[in-house]
Amino acid sequence: MESVNDWQARLEDTTLDPARKTTRNYYAFLFFLLAVTGWGVYAYSLQVRRGLVVTGMSDRISWGLYITMFVFFIGISHAGTLISAILRVSHAGWRTPVTRMAEFITAVALITGAFFVIVDLGRPDRLINVLVFGRWQSPIVWDVLAVTTYLTASVVYLYLPMVPDLAFFRDRQAPWVSRPKHMLYRILAINWRGTSDQKRHLRRAISIMMILIIPIAVSVHTVVSWIFAMTLREAWNSTIFGFFFVAGAIFSGIATLIVVMAILRRVYHLEEYITPRHFLYLGYLMAAMGGVMIYANLSEYITAGFKFEEGTEFLFRQLFIDEFAPYFWFYFIGGLMTPVVFMFIRRLRTIGGIVTAAVFVDLGMWVERYFIVVTGLRAPLLPYEPVNYAPTWVEWSITAGGFAFFALLITLFVKAFPIMAVWEMTEERREEFEEMVEYEHEFDGEEILASGVPDSAPEPETGGPP
Amino acid sequence: MNRSSRSLSETIRAVGPLWLAVMSSALLAAAAGIRGLPGLLLITIGVGTAVAVFARLRNRQTSQTVVAHDATGGNLQVLLRMIDRRTAIRMFGMSALFIGPMGGVPRALELLAGQQVPEETQSPFSRIRQWAMIIDLRYCDGCQSVGSPPRCTAACVEGHLLPEPMQWIEVFEDELEGEGTRFIPIPCQHCQNPPCVNVCPVGATFSTPEGLVLIDQERCIGCRICMAACPYDRRFFNWGEPPVPPEAHLAKYNLEAQVPALKGTVMKCDFCPDMVRAGTLPYCIQACPNQAIYYGDLEEDIATNGRQLVSMAAFSAEHNAFILKEELGTQPRVFYIPGHGEAVGRVPSRTGRLPTVWPWTRTAPGGDVWSR
Repeated sequence: MESVNDWQARLEDTTLDPARKTTRNYYAFLFFLLAVTGWGVYAYSLQVRRGLVVTGMSDRISWGLYITMFVFFIGISHAGTLISAILRVSHAGWRTPVTRMAEFITAVALITGAFFVIVDLGRPDRLINVLVFGRWQSPIVWDVLAVTTYLTASVVYLYLPMVPDLAFFRDRQAPWVSRPKHMLYRILAINWRGTSDQKRHLRRAISIMMILIIPIAVSVHTVVSWIFAMTLREAWNSTIFGFFFVAGAIFSGIATLIVVMAILRRVYHLEEYITPRHFLYLGYLMAAMGGVMIYANLSEYITAGFKFEEGTEFLFRQLFIDEFAPYFWFYFIGGLMTPVVFMFIRRLRTIGGIVTAAVFVDLGMWVERYFIVVTGLRAPLLPYEPVNYAPTWVEWSITAGGFAFFALLITLFVKAFPIMAVWEMTEERREEFEEMVEYEHEFDGEEILASGVPDSAPEPETGGPP
Repeated sequence: MNRSSRSLSETIRAVGPLWLAVMSSALLAAAAGIRGLPGLLLITIGVGTAVAVFARLRNRQTSQTVVAHDATGGNLQVLLRMIDRRTAIRMFGMSALFIGPMGGVPRALELLAGQQVPEETQSPFSRIRQWAMIIDLRYCDGCQSVGSPPRCTAACVEGHLLPEPMQWIEVFEDELEGEGTRFIPIPCQHCQNPPCVNVCPVGATFSTPEGLVLIDQERCIGCRICMAACPYDRRFFNWGEPPVPPEAHLAKYNLEAQVPALKGTVMKCDFCPDMVRAGTLPYCIQACPNQAIYYGDLEEDIATNGRQLVSMAAFSAEHNAFILKEELGTQPRVFYIPGHGEAVGRVPSRTGRLPTVWPWTRTAPGGDVWSR
């Protein structure tokens, strides 16, 4: 049988591989992402020069793609919190290989999302006013506070468990290969030597952070929803909004994690560590959140539809039958039903099936954010004809740039940092191994004792996913 | 009695006089109209000293009584018993010596700290105007009879140099119950519970003491949450570079007139307080051919449409005035008298009005045009 040391060496090699070898495809992809991001930056510079007149927004639909992107990216930032913190708290051991990716998605998505608020501002040059004149009564200021707190917390939470792995990178990358890189790891590893004292402190810090980050994450998407729910708009006038947005955030966060996981697994050959079991478990979680979302939607629309107050007819008509019906039904059937249905059918419960469902969830949730923003604003407040909103090429370019920027940060990250928590995985493996050895010893002993009565020999437990 | 409760009662006895001193001094301070910590502190010291001195004097004379009462009622009651009428009068007299000059204390402290003391801008006896508007819909026909686009909007556009397509006062055509329509000019409602002010992250939009909602475009960051929050669709964004006539470039930005307009910020009807202060009525009221709009002061209970004076309260009540979207609790300052232009001979079935135009923008070079 393979020893733990061999196993660890192989894991270390696999984790180091992306940092050691850079393929031509990688550069091509990087170039592509840089090009798209650059195009987005160009479009934004045009918007800064000419004003928001270059967008499709108008007084009567005054928020559009940018706010959609903000809500969507803040949403998928919940990937890290859920997988990492909640599963860590509940001691779900299988999470270990995927935590790093999840935590990184969180930090990157938050940065991308926060950018889109700035992109949406009419006067980005006066951003500092939020700090100078900020009023605590304003939902926007709640958002600024929540998002910056969450970003700080999630960067810390990404960094802390990475310290031992950074030390491992430091030790394994000779200074003469790349001096700046070595310097970077040496600084970031903050003199980690793996002493028991250091380990104790690290564990303590991680457990404080994992508890702390859960309420922060919940508060973030709650106050994002309150930007809408705190206004006197019929479509957004809902007490369920905070919960609904948090559930949607976790839902789309899991989906994004599944997609990113599948890509990195394929590209960097992580099949041994990221197994079908991970996809299966995350798929179940995603389906459960899909169920929660279906419930939240029913609860939202049935309470409004039963009473059918003034204004509800307009909202329901545009959402279910007219202008936004394709979006809504794509979201409801494609985004919410797909993961649930896929997880019920054995033949679709494969990696391919789960990744497909996850892509649908991401698309569906993006579309949902879009129609929540636009339908709420479109409902006329006074006797005038409702206006329509069509994003312009500038908005689409900046949106594409945002997605590219998100992917770019992930692409750069995997090149520079350990994509899996090597030390945690090794420790767990070691524990498992020791348990196994202990068990085998016991087993041997009992066999000798019970040699007279072979029937009573205990059957070895069969492992595997439940 | 166990030890803990004994110590508790001891504590109460010890704290009792102090508590009495603080409370009575706070009461005195409030009565004397003194605000702030320094005044309160000085009064506390004064009254506290007085109470302590008299308690000590009394204590010496009636120590027997004190002991007797101590067993039953505690120090507070003893103290109250000790203070006879004469003592009380003396105590209050002594406190008054401290309170008398208190009014000057905060100011003196500010001067000592080298702070500038602002001159009193409002005497407590002077009126603060509470601007409001009454729009008599019986007289509004959407300017059908004069055959032009609504004059109120046109005058506002010219007066405030509004970029196309802003109509700070906009004449909407509303379906009546039964058949036909009515015209209803809607400016900013100047809510007393303004949703836009509540959500603004930087305080760029704010309520004034006169009950108006104004916008400081030099502070606005253009996040547009106020536009999402306004239930009356009365906020307008400078999506592009607004056209500004050459002469307006010379003007210093004034948030009561909102000239010159600034790109990337929100604008809306400001109720023209600058014009009213100068002794004229807002553009829209001056321009209305039927004198349908009254402007006035709720505080003085008077309003005028330029021809006649009315009592705001009586006029609103007699003609069943209503406010828009009352159920939202925004408490608007614009009141409407129901009607459909019947006083100027309009029948509800005669629909349609001419669209607003922005002729002044032709004289301003450059500037973007966007759609509402």
